[in-house]
Amino acid sequence: MLRDITLGQYYQAESIIHKLDPRVKLGGTLLFIVSLFFFENYLGYVISALFLALVIKLSKVPFKFMVRGMRSILMLLLITVVFNLFLTPGTPLVSLWKLTITVEGLNLALTMAIRLVLLIIGSSIMTLTTTPNNLTDGMEKMMRPLRVFKVPVHEVAMMMSIALRFIPILLEETDKIMKAQIARGADFESGNLINRAKAMVPLLVPLFISAFRRANDLAMAMEARCYRGGDGRTKMKPLVYRKRDYLAYAVIAVYLIVSITIGRIVWF
Amino acid sequence: MAYVLLNKLETCERSCPWVDFRMSEEIIKMGIIKAKDVVYEYVRRDEDGNIEGMTTAVDKVSLDIEQGQFIAILGHNGSGKSTLAKHINAILNPTSGTVWVDGMDTNDEEKVWDIRQTAGMVFQNPDNQIIGQVVEEDVGFGPENMGIPTKEIWERVEESLRAVGMYQYRKHSPNKLSGGQKQRVSIAGVLAMHPKCIVLDEPTAMLDPSGRKEVIRAVRGLNDVEGVTVILITHYMEEIVHANKVFVMDRGKIAMEGTPREIFSRVEELQALRLDVPQVTLLAHELKKNGIDLPDGILTIKELVDALNP
Repeated sequence: MLRDITLGQYYQAESIIHKLDPRVKLGGTLLFIVSLFFFENYLGYVISALFLALVIKLSKVPFKFMVRGMRSILMLLLITVVFNLFLTPGTPLVSLWKLTITVEGLNLALTMAIRLVLLIIGSSIMTLTTTPNNLTDGMEKMMRPLRVFKVPVHEVAMMMSIALRFIPILLEETDKIMKAQIARGADFESGNLINRAKAMVPLLVPLFISAFRRANDLAMAMEARCYRGGDGRTKMKPLVYRKRDYLAYAVIAVYLIVSITIGRIVWF
Repeated sequence: MAYVLLNKLETCERSCPWVDFRMSEEIIKMGIIKAKDVVYEYVRRDEDGNIEGMTTAVDKVSLDIEQGQFIAILGHNGSGKSTLAKHINAILNPTSGTVWVDGMDTNDEEKVWDIRQTAGMVFQNPDNQIIGQVVEEDVGFGPENMGIPTKEIWERVEESLRAVGMYQYRKHSPNKLSGGQKQRVSIAGVLAMHPKCIVLDEPTAMLDPSGRKEVIRAVRGLNDVEGVTVILITHYMEEIVHANKVFVMDRGKIAMEGTPREIFSRVEELQALRLDVPQVTLLAHELKKNGIDLPDGILTIKELVDALNP
C-alpha cells in the first residue's frame, strides 16, 4: 500500500527539456513565475500559456500528468476564486440574494485563477522532467555564493538527497511495523481523531528508533568511505552548461521581454 | 622491498645512532594489517547515566595479516569480532595496544583518511550503507570524497561494478535490488576506492541463502582475481571454507587460529564456543567417532563422498 507512493513526480522521457541543466530549469521556472505577476492585461497570460504549451510539447510529458498536479490545489483554487469573486468592492455586475459580483471581482478572480494554474503547471514541468538528485545538485550549485554568508550549502544538499533516498525505505518500514502491530491487535482505522492519533504512538516510536539507528549506521558508512564534508570533493556528474543551456536561457529572456512588454503596455 | 628497506635502515642506524629504529624495523617487516595487544573497553551505564562497570569487548588481541590473504574471523554474537573489525578502519581506536594498517598507526589522527582508503569496510545492513539514489552514483561516492578527477571516477565505477557482476544494473535504483545485489553494490563502492584490503563485517547476516552465495562468490572473486586482502567476519561456518586462515573469537579473545581444515577438525571445541559446524563436517566427525576411518576436517560433501568411496 505505502510502497506505491512515488516521490518527486519524475516522468522518464528523452527530450530536450529533460536534458537541460537543472540550473536552467530552476532559474527558468522562477523567472516564469515572477513574470506572471507583472501582467496587467490578459494578453500577457495568453503569451505565457502559449510559451508553456510549447515547453510541454517539447518535454514529451503527457498533459494529463500536469493536470494531476492540479488536483491537489483544486480546493485552494476554488476558495481563491469564490472569495475574490464575491468580496471585491466595485461596480456591481450581477446581484444574487445578498451576494454581489463586481466587474473588478470577476477580473481579479479570473487573473488569480489563471496565475495559479500557470504557476502550478510551470513548476510541475520542472519536477516532472528533473530527477530529485539532479534538482538537489542544481540547487547546491546555484546556492554556492551563499557560502560567503556561512550557509552550509553542501550539507543541506547532501541532507536533502539522503532524505530522498531514505523515504522509500522508511515507508516500507512503516508498512512493516503497521502490519506487525495490527497482527498484535492494534487498531489504526476506527475511532475518532484523538483515538486514531493515540493509535499512531506504537507506530511512531519504533519508527523513530529505527530511523536514528539507520542514521548512525549511515554516518559510519559514509565516514568509512572517506566522506568529510564538501571541501576537496570532486563530482562524478558535474554540472556543465552546454550550448542548449545557453540557448534555453536566451529563449527565456526573449519570452520575458516579449510577454512583459505586451502584458504591460498594450491595453485592450 | 622489505629487504632493501631494512638494508637502508641499517645504514641509517649506523650514521645516526641516536635515533631509535626498533619500531620502524617492526613496521617494515609486518604485513598489511597488524594488531598488537589490542584492548577495547566501553563503559556500561544504567538508566540514570551512572557508570555500572566496564565491558571489555576486545581483550589483548594480536593479529598479523599478509597482503593478498583471505582471512575469516569467526565468532558468535557478542564475541567482539565486529568491534575488532571497526579498529581496522579507524572507526574505533583501541583503549590500549596498537593497530597498524599498511604501516600506519590508527591512533594517528592525520592518517585516518589514508587508513580508510587502504582498508575499506562493508557493513551488515545493505540499506544503511548505500548513499546514492542510483547504483553508479553510490559506487562513485567514495572516489568523489577522495577528490579523484571525474573521468577517472567513471573508469573506477565501471571496473568495480564489473568486478562484482553488477554492471548491467548501473542505472537502477538501489531500492529495487535484492539484498545480495545491494550488498554487491556496497562492495563495489568500497572497491572503487582501490583499497589494498577490504573488511566485511557480517555482510551476509541479513541475506537469504542465495544472496549469501552471491556475495561470497563476489568476495572470493576480489581476492582471487583482484588480489585484494579480504577479512571476512561472519558466524556462518560454510563461508570460511575458502579462507587461507581462520581466527575464532570468543569473549573478546582469539580462541582458535589456523587453516579451515585445522579448525574444522576440532568439532567439540567449536561446539563449546556455540558455533554451528557444517553438516558434512559434523557427519564425518560422528562417523569417525563410531569407528569409520576418515580423515580429519572434512569440509565439503564431495570430500566426504570421496573419502567413503576410495
